[in-house]
Amino acid sequence: MGGFPIISAVVFLPLIGALIIMGVRSATAGSFSSEEAGKDSRAALLAGLIISSATFVASVAAFLTFDANVAGYQLVEQYAWYGNITYKVGIDGLSMPLILLTTFLTPICLLASWNSIHTRVTEYVVAFLVLETFMLGVFAALDIVLFYIFFESGLIPMFLIIGIWGGKEKIYAAFKFFLYTLLGSLLMLVAVVYMFQAAGSSDIEVLEKFAFPPHVQTWLWLAFAASFAVKLPMWPVHTWLPDAHVQAPTAGSVILAGVLLKMGGYGFLRFSLPMFPDASHLFQPAMFALAVIAIVYTSLVAWRQTDMKKLIAYSSVAHMGFVTLGIFSFNEVGVQGAIFQMLSHGLIASALFLIVGVVYDRMHTREIAAYGGLVKRMPVYATLFMLFTMANIGLPGTSGFIGEILTMVGGFQASTWAAAGAALGVIFSAVYMLTLYRRTVFGEITNPKLNDISDMNVIELVCIVPLALLTILFGVAPNLIFNITEGAANRILSLMVGG
Amino acid sequence: MLDYTAMIVAIGPELWLAAAGLLGVLLGAVLKDRFNALSFKYGALALFGAAALSLMFYQGGEAFGGLVRTNTFLNFAKFVSFAVGGFALIMSEGFLKRHDTIRYEYVLLTIFASLGMGMMLSAADLMTLYMGIETLSLSSYVLAAFHRDSARSSEAGLKYFVLGALASGMLLYGASLVYGFSGTTNFVGISSADPSVGLMFGMVLMIVGLGFKISAAPMHVWTPDVYEGAPTPVGAFFASAPKMASMVVFANVMFTAFGDVMDQWQLIVAIISGLSMIIGAFGALTQTNIKRLLGYSSIANVGYALVAVAAGPASGAGAVLIFMTIYVVSALGLFAGVLAMRRRGGMVESIDELGGLMSSRPWLAISLTILIFSIAGLPPFGGFFGKWEVFNAGIEGGLLPLAVILVISSVVSLGYYLRIVKIIWFDEPKERFETIDGSVTLTVLASALVAGILFLVFINQLAQWSYDAASGLAS
Repeated sequence: MGGFPIISAVVFLPLIGALIIMGVRSATAGSFSSEEAGKDSRAALLAGLIISSATFVASVAAFLTFDANVAGYQLVEQYAWYGNITYKVGIDGLSMPLILLTTFLTPICLLASWNSIHTRVTEYVVAFLVLETFMLGVFAALDIVLFYIFFESGLIPMFLIIGIWGGKEKIYAAFKFFLYTLLGSLLMLVAVVYMFQAAGSSDIEVLEKFAFPPHVQTWLWLAFAASFAVKLPMWPVHTWLPDAHVQAPTAGSVILAGVLLKMGGYGFLRFSLPMFPDASHLFQPAMFALAVIAIVYTSLVAWRQTDMKKLIAYSSVAHMGFVTLGIFSFNEVGVQGAIFQMLSHGLIASALFLIVGVVYDRMHTREIAAYGGLVKRMPVYATLFMLFTMANIGLPGTSGFIGEILTMVGGFQASTWAAAGAALGVIFSAVYMLTLYRRTVFGEITNPKLNDISDMNVIELVCIVPLALLTILFGVAPNLIFNITEGAANRILSLMVGG
Repeated sequence: MLDYTAMIVAIGPELWLAAAGLLGVLLGAVLKDRFNALSFKYGALALFGAAALSLMFYQGGEAFGGLVRTNTFLNFAKFVSFAVGGFALIMSEGFLKRHDTIRYEYVLLTIFASLGMGMMLSAADLMTLYMGIETLSLSSYVLAAFHRDSARSSEAGLKYFVLGALASGMLLYGASLVYGFSGTTNFVGISSADPSVGLMFGMVLMIVGLGFKISAAPMHVWTPDVYEGAPTPVGAFFASAPKMASMVVFANVMFTAFGDVMDQWQLIVAIISGLSMIIGAFGALTQTNIKRLLGYSSIANVGYALVAVAAGPASGAGAVLIFMTIYVVSALGLFAGVLAMRRRGGMVESIDELGGLMSSRPWLAISLTILIFSIAGLPPFGGFFGKWEVFNAGIEGGLLPLAVILVISSVVSLGYYLRIVKIIWFDEPKERFETIDGSVTLTVLASALVAGILFLVFINQLAQWSYDAASGLAS
């Protein structure tokens, strides 16, 4: 303790920025949601960009003081708050990369909205910044009640983002997203209250060492899993995701796939494994089965989609199946692979949603059948699309490969069958991604509207190219990540044995 | 020889309110219509003064040979009730002026209703308890029918009166049975009496009567009708100040008079609580009138508070105070929001009329959204901690089934709370509401700030006050 509270600064900087934007907007225009677009709305977006970039810089500063050789929590800040509940934040090798991912993706999201969001822009920026605070809070919280508050608060801005700026069926999608996730979270709340009373503390470090009796663990594990499985999402509670993805605006999909889904995996690693090791072992076969079903089934479903966003949404479910597989392999390779896969998927899926957004902004349709022959008009686009198609399939040299191979190696050590099933998913992912790519990018131009489509502009390039660079960088030098996550992964596994 | 010091220490706020009420009657008789406009400031002064007095004599005391006995638990409730009552009074002035019913009688009735709240909170004896409840109820019946030219308002008043009289009868009958079998009307005496069947019978009848006053299911039927029919500021008053007071009285009677027979009433209260949560949550789903919806939401919230009562004094007393304080502040703010819904010179009450409020009045919309999420118990707003406390108390008291019902009804009620949020944020903008009274806007903003944000950051302080106050119950 002592020193500058850098983690709190990172977490709350976006929120403070959002309040400032609201205040300035209502002071200058009387009301911050007037219908006039144009200058004011650009100013709001620009302000949002500056704030989220500053947050990114702050998180990098936190990263620079982060010592990867320490296995436990670092940069911990703790203040008394409410009885035994403390305001306690800090980071370790598990949360640090996810925090960086969040702060990295938020400015990209806002930039990607530059040309696609024209109504109620100030509110849009505010919603994104508030959401960023809640997401960062989830990863930084070291008190389980604080974690829960951030975890559930995130629903509100995401609900508004889908409901206001979404597509035709946005209301249905927003409600489905909210109620599905809420039901899971409330079950987790029951467990949180129980743990709080049993252990007399809500400090995560205390709870990690607290030995819950095995039969209690089973129930607590199930209550937590209800929440994380919906969030991850796992088959069969994944059905909210395609709806939410399809209806959300591009940036909303990016943040949903890039960060919100990772909260599920993070939750399993932070709570379920270290706190309920017996129950985790008990449910390992079930989780493997669900992971393999998710990988195989949703890959096949993805193949049959006619909507580009829906296809990528289902592919996300499949890829999160690899995360489940890695987490529940209970070995270092698998857990590290799962963390890596979460980051890698955060980059690749975000980029794919941005890539769909590029043509959607021009054509206002996501039907695969409406496209074809894009390579003739949009060569740069076709190249980047190719890169991320390959990354999503898991081609060596991209980060997608590392994540998939490691989770499978980890899974193989725990269960040969599970790994074999998951390997099928790699093949299927090639089937649906290549089909998507062939039908949209190659072939003849059949849709006359495509004749004067323009290639990617500078803003779009600025959004997507960094993601491409990182995808290749982490594919070639995965140790950049592993060096950070190694300590945390080993610590979680040792807690499973010792706890 | 009366001990005046002890009297003032024990029931200072009530003496003050009684004096203010009587003086108001005199002023009204002398000044006639000239007192109408002035009376609202007078009434607010009386109520805030009473709130201040309850803090001043926070420790409380005993007077009138044990007829009244106050402690910190009750004075906390008095303070909150009088304070929100004062705010409810301030914001009703504009409404009444526009409806040409700005009369000082309104203020005096509010003062006497508050006097009743104070009396029943101070009561340590069945007689004073009944007197307090009736003072509150009779004033409330008239307030509900205050728009005497409106059929809806008269209907609400009559309905409230008939059903309220029935409930009072039950309460009285129960009280007489309790007296008959214990031989005393004093709470302390009752608690040490032999728990015979007759005494239990009386206790159950009293629970029914008190349950009506807090609008717990199945004695809830009047609530939506009265909330809808009564003039909106009266609804705001009903939903806030008397709610807090009645709930604490219910807890107080259960904890002190029947504290030793908790095993006898715990199941009854638990069933009432579960029913209220379920009926409140499901009943609100199909409502289109926002006042009816708030009526059902108050039934559900009474159910939540009763979870804490059923958990018993040790874990529940503090939780009741925390939960109800956050709830009544939010409810007051939401009703103030309803007061702001005015178009073409008249009030509109359909939920759809809130359409696109975010575009026309963003700050009002944001405040209402915070209040709705807070009342729904969603983090990061203060209401979350209200539910957290109740939930904690329920689990600590071993009431796991109730905790499960609480979770389920929370999800169900989110269904209609979210519908309001959807209408405010997603729907096409409707015409702008007409100019809103400053006091109404202020109440909405302030309650959103307090219930939503301040109670989150300073929840520890509120909890400490509440638990300190609840410890007064034991002594």
